[in-house]
Amino acid sequence: MDFELSEDEVALAEGIRSLCGGRFPLEKIRAGESGDGRIDPEGWSDLAEAGVFSLQVPEAAGGVGLGMAAGAVVFEELGRALVPGPILASHLAGGIIEGAADGKVLVGSVHRPAGSGEGSLAPTLIGHLSSLGVLVVVGEEGLSAVDPSELKGVKIERPLDPLTPMWRVDQLPEGRPIGGAEEARVWRRAERVLGGALLVGLAGGTMELAVSYAKQREQFGKPIGSFQAVKHMCADMLVAAETARVAVQAAAVTIDQPDVGDPDRAAAGAGLLAAEAAIKNGKISIQVHGGMGFTWEVPAHLYLMRARVLAEAIGPLDDLSELVAELY
Amino acid sequence: VDLRYSEAEERFRSELRQWLGEVLPKLPPKPSALDWPARRAYDTTWQRMLFDAGYAGIDWPVEGGGRGASPVEQLIYLEELEKAHAPYVGVNFVGLLHAGPTIVVEGSPEQRSRFLPPILRGEKVWCQGFSEPGAGSDLASLRTKAVRDGDEYVVSGQKIWTSHAEVADYCELLVRTGEEGSRHRGITWLAMEMDRPGIDFRPLKTIAGSTEFGELFLDGVRVPVGNRIGEENDGWRVTMVTLGFERGTAFVSEVLESGEFLRGLRRLAQRTGAWKRGEVRRRMGHLGAELDALWALARRNVSQAARTGVPGIGGSVYKLGLSEIRQRIGEFGMDLIGGAGLSWDELEGLDGGGSIGNGELVNTWVHGFSRTIAAGTSQIQRNIIAERILGLPKS
Repeated sequence: MDFELSEDEVALAEGIRSLCGGRFPLEKIRAGESGDGRIDPEGWSDLAEAGVFSLQVPEAAGGVGLGMAAGAVVFEELGRALVPGPILASHLAGGIIEGAADGKVLVGSVHRPAGSGEGSLAPTLIGHLSSLGVLVVVGEEGLSAVDPSELKGVKIERPLDPLTPMWRVDQLPEGRPIGGAEEARVWRRAERVLGGALLVGLAGGTMELAVSYAKQREQFGKPIGSFQAVKHMCADMLVAAETARVAVQAAAVTIDQPDVGDPDRAAAGAGLLAAEAAIKNGKISIQVHGGMGFTWEVPAHLYLMRARVLAEAIGPLDDLSELVAELY
Repeated sequence: VDLRYSEAEERFRSELRQWLGEVLPKLPPKPSALDWPARRAYDTTWQRMLFDAGYAGIDWPVEGGGRGASPVEQLIYLEELEKAHAPYVGVNFVGLLHAGPTIVVEGSPEQRSRFLPPILRGEKVWCQGFSEPGAGSDLASLRTKAVRDGDEYVVSGQKIWTSHAEVADYCELLVRTGEEGSRHRGITWLAMEMDRPGIDFRPLKTIAGSTEFGELFLDGVRVPVGNRIGEENDGWRVTMVTLGFERGTAFVSEVLESGEFLRGLRRLAQRTGAWKRGEVRRRMGHLGAELDALWALARRNVSQAARTGVPGIGGSVYKLGLSEIRQRIGEFGMDLIGGAGLSWDELEGLDGGGSIGNGELVNTWVHGFSRTIAAGTSQIQRNIIAERILGLPKS
C-alpha cells in the first residue's frame, strides 16, 4: 500500500500542468468570454495529442492504456487551469465514440432527466452544443448517442459560467443506443471521479489565488493573511481541497483495483466532497479577496461558476449522499 | 498510488484475524469507566496478551521489543483490531502512541531498551505532563522549572490535563531548563517516575461526569538526567515529534470506530422509522463520505510516515477533520433519538439489534466537545495549516 503519487503520476501531472501553462494561460482562456463559444481547435488537438482523451483507451486500440488513477491526476490539473470545453465527456467517450480519443470529434453529455415529460419544470441545459460532434445521453437504462444537429437548441444569452456556453433543449431524442444499464452505471461512476478531479483542481486553484492575495494585500499595516480570521478561512479551504483530493484519488484507485473497496460508494462520496469543496472554496476565495473578489476582473468567480457547472454534471449531489448512505 | 496490500501484509492480516477470533471471546468483561485501578489491570492485561502473541509495537524496532514491521502493517493491525471490536489502548495510550514513538525516534539506544519493552509488555503506564494552567495553546510559555543538581533535575511547577496520572508509572514531562522567557529554546523533555516524592495529583471532573485527567503538582521532584530524551533545551523539537505522532497516527483507529458508530446510528434510525426521511439518509451518507475521505487521508499520512519515519504536517489536516466529524456524528445521533437523549441512563428498547443505546450516544456527543480542544484546538490546527502548509505570515 502506498498512497503517495508514483513518479510516473507526478511526471504526468507536471506534463499536463506545463501544457496548460503554455496553451491555456488564464488570459487566453478569458479571451473566450467575448467569443462565439466555439472551442479553439488548436487547443483541442493539443489536449488530444497529450493523450487527454485517449488516456484510458487500451494500447491495443491505439490509446495510452492508463487507468482511472492517471485520469484523476490529469483532470485535477485541467480543472486547476480552468481549461474549457467538453473534456470530461470526450474523455469518457474515448473508447466508445469513434474519433473522440484522437480529438477529431468533440463529445458532450447530458443526463436524461428522470421522470421527464409532463409536469417536469426542469429544463435541460447542454454545454458547448455548437462545438459537439456527438451528444451522449446518459439514462438509467443505458447510453445513447444523439446527433447534435438534430436538436433544437436555444442558446442561453448569459450562461452562469462565462466560459461554458449553454443551450436549452426541450426535447431529447432517443438517439442510437451505445450501451446498456451497466455501461451507463460505469459512465456515471467515472464521471463522478473525473468530474470530482476537475472540481478538486478548482478547489485548489481558487485557494491558491486567495492565499497569494492574502500574502500581498495589506491592511492595518500588515498582510491580511497574518490575521487569524483570514488565516482560518484559508486553512478551511486547504482542508476541504485536500480531503476531497484524497477521496478522489482513493475512488480512482478503487475503480482500477476493485478488490480494495467499493468503487460505487467511493466514487459517489468523492464526487460529493469534491463538488462541495469547490463551491465552498469558491465562495471563501471571493470573501478573502474582499471587494475585488466581487469584480469581474478578479477570476475568483470563474472557479465558483465552473464548480456549479460540474456539480450539476455529476449530480444531483443529494443523489450522491443517498447512494453513499445505501452502500455504507 | 497503489492501495493493494502485499501478499506478506495479507498473510499478517489473516494470522492476526485468526488470533483475535480465538482470544477475544475469552476476555473478561470491561470494568467500570470510573474504576481506574481496574481499568489499568484490564488494559495492561490485554497489552500483555498482545505482547505474548507478538502483536505489540508492530512498527517499533526489534531492539525496543517491537515487531520491526512497517507502518503499513501497523495500519492493518489497527484495522483488524477495530473490526474485531478488540479493547482500546486505554491507559496505554500515552505509552504506545505518544511517549513510546517519540523515544523510538529520539531516545538513545540505552533509553530505547530501558523504556520501550515495559510499555509493550503492559508493565509501565505513562501519563502526559505537557500543558499547564498558564500554558495551553501557547505551550512554549510553560514554566514548570527544572534545575540541574548533579545527576538529577529538581522539578517544581504545575501541570494540567494529565490523563491516567492516578495509575501511571511515568510521565512524559516538559520542563523549563532555559531562562525565563526563553520559550521554545529553553524546554526539555523528561521521563519522570511517578513514585518519586513531591508529586501530588488532583483529579478534575469533566462535563461527562468522569475523571479522565487532572492537575499534577510537582514540588522538588528529582528526575535522573538519564531520563532526559534528547538534549537539554532541545525539548521543543522532541515535542514536535511527539505531537506529529499524536496528530498523524494516534487517532487512526478512531476513523474506523466512527464508521462502526455511524452504522449503529443507521440501525437506530431504521428501528425508529427516521430512516424513511430522505434528509436523515442524506445526512448519514454525507458523514459516511467524509469518514471514507478521512480514512484515505489516514492512509496517505501512514504512507508518508513509511517513507520518512515520522508523520508529516498532513496530520493537522486529519486531526482537524476527525475532531469535527466526531462532533457532527454525535449531533446527528442526538437529533435522531429525541427525548431519549435527555438521559444518560440506558433506556430500554433503544439499544439491541446492533443499534446504539441512548447512554452511549449521549456519552459520544458530550465527549465530542473535547475533541476539538484536546491535542491542539481546532483553531491552533488551522494556524498550523495556514502558516506551515500555506505559508501565510505569523500572526
